[in-house]
Amino acid sequence: MASKKLKRLDLVFKDEQDIEEILKKTFSRPNSDVINDLISSGLKGRGGAGFPTGLKWKLTSDSKGDEKYVICNADEGEPGTFKDREILSRVSYKVLAGMAVCGRVIGSKKGFIYLRGEYNFLLPELNKKIEKFHEMLEKLGCGFRVEIFLGSGAYICGEESALFESMEGKRGEPRNKPPFPTISGYRGKPTVINNVETLAHTYSIFKYGPEKFQDLGVQDSRGSKVFSVSGDTPTPGIYELEFGMTLQKFVDDFGDGDTKAVQVGGAAGFCVPRKKFDKTAIGYQGKLTGTSLPTGGSMMIFNSSRSMYNVLHNYLDFFVEESCGQCTPCRVGTQQLLLGIEAVKKGEKSSAYLEKLLELAETMRVTAKCGLGQSVANSFSSIVENFKEEMIY
Amino acid sequence: MSEVKQLVKELTGDYGRTEESLLPILQGIVSRERYISEEAMVEVARELDISAAQVYGTATFYSFLETETTGKYVIRVCKTISCMMHGKNDIIRELENVLRIKMGGTTHDGLFSLRETNCLGQCHKGPAMLVNDTPYTELTPEKVRKILCDIRSIEFPAN
Repeated sequence: MASKKLKRLDLVFKDEQDIEEILKKTFSRPNSDVINDLISSGLKGRGGAGFPTGLKWKLTSDSKGDEKYVICNADEGEPGTFKDREILSRVSYKVLAGMAVCGRVIGSKKGFIYLRGEYNFLLPELNKKIEKFHEMLEKLGCGFRVEIFLGSGAYICGEESALFESMEGKRGEPRNKPPFPTISGYRGKPTVINNVETLAHTYSIFKYGPEKFQDLGVQDSRGSKVFSVSGDTPTPGIYELEFGMTLQKFVDDFGDGDTKAVQVGGAAGFCVPRKKFDKTAIGYQGKLTGTSLPTGGSMMIFNSSRSMYNVLHNYLDFFVEESCGQCTPCRVGTQQLLLGIEAVKKGEKSSAYLEKLLELAETMRVTAKCGLGQSVANSFSSIVENFKEEMIY
Repeated sequence: MSEVKQLVKELTGDYGRTEESLLPILQGIVSRERYISEEAMVEVARELDISAAQVYGTATFYSFLETETTGKYVIRVCKTISCMMHGKNDIIRELENVLRIKMGGTTHDGLFSLRETNCLGQCHKGPAMLVNDTPYTELTPEKVRKILCDIRSIEFPAN
């Protein structure tokens, strides 16, 4: 049925022929105007955390420092996410333009794309485009330069401070915050670090102005979002949709007719069971309340043939391996959660033990050092609470 | 000068001698030598004037930085959720049968090493694997046999 379809948008992947023209126009405007446009557009970080992009640029621009950096976070490691690779390879110049304008606004001459090692195969093509982009910048009298820094297979390096550590030749272990990157990022210098998709969106805002962006989405969640759809769906792939849709509408469009649950936001995100599809919207508003879920764009669909125990087991196995190991709540907590659900399943522990495990997960949420350890409770609690019988029998 | 010394010298020439060059240097060693030996770590530490412990710490943190000898082709099969749902176990079984090694092992001829890895970002096209840097998606046991066969015929053209 055609009426079941959500509206497909075409902002991010639209052609980028006019990149030089847009750059020229944007470079000729005062920095404060560019920042104000970004702020009034309502653009928030598309990696999942949702920090207002304009504000990030403004704070970094206000920071004192002789050296500043622009970093594009292309360490896309969240299970179920693959949109950044598509954006980076299909509209590379938009991302690069976003970086160059950011460099101009904050006073930085140097940008890096931190590309995950799994995407090494993109390197030759990307480097060619960067070279062409540098020629374009030269024509415009801009000395900004971009370089690719390659990761080596570590999920945690998508966490911004772990990413800086990695670039500095260290283990990818997150730092304490504050200080935030706007003051002390890569090499201790003020740094803007933005997700690939965020940077591509800035180009649309430079081109069309903030109003067009603002017209899309709902309050507090403006613009479009690129979603990575996978799992039990007849149509897996990348879709650009408007913020604010309910999960019911999403499932009507993308499900296989037998959808039992949707995992929103990857292993670090939330599992929503069928009975809550109607009441759950996708956006930034009401973060963590369970009524409106923020997401980096990972939407994984499970039908009724799937064991949610197996799903949770897979996530926990992932977290055990990808925990950097520096803080105890995360290092030990992830292992104990995994051992715990195995013990309950085997009948070595009673079902009441699940309550203890839920407590442990919530303890990790408040005591773990970074987003990885803190967000294990998202999937753990939402799966265990909604599918308790599957954990036991 | 030993081969490793020579290589590390070359790499520091390319990437510099700062801490920021450590990861690119280690990646360079893996792409040339397939793994980072203790000798190489000590050499890198000397060139960058940092402790060997720091080099070891970094080298052992990242899953793509091998610190033990591997085959010429490292096969990394994605084991994360979407690939699991779409049959990565069948793919692993086929690889183990054809290569006659267990997960984690290396073939006797030193051609292939078999690993599991976390999400490759190919969730819409699972099951997926990387062979060195090249991704292969929507795998079936038949496809796997063909991929291995093609590599072998490149390596042993006479056969």
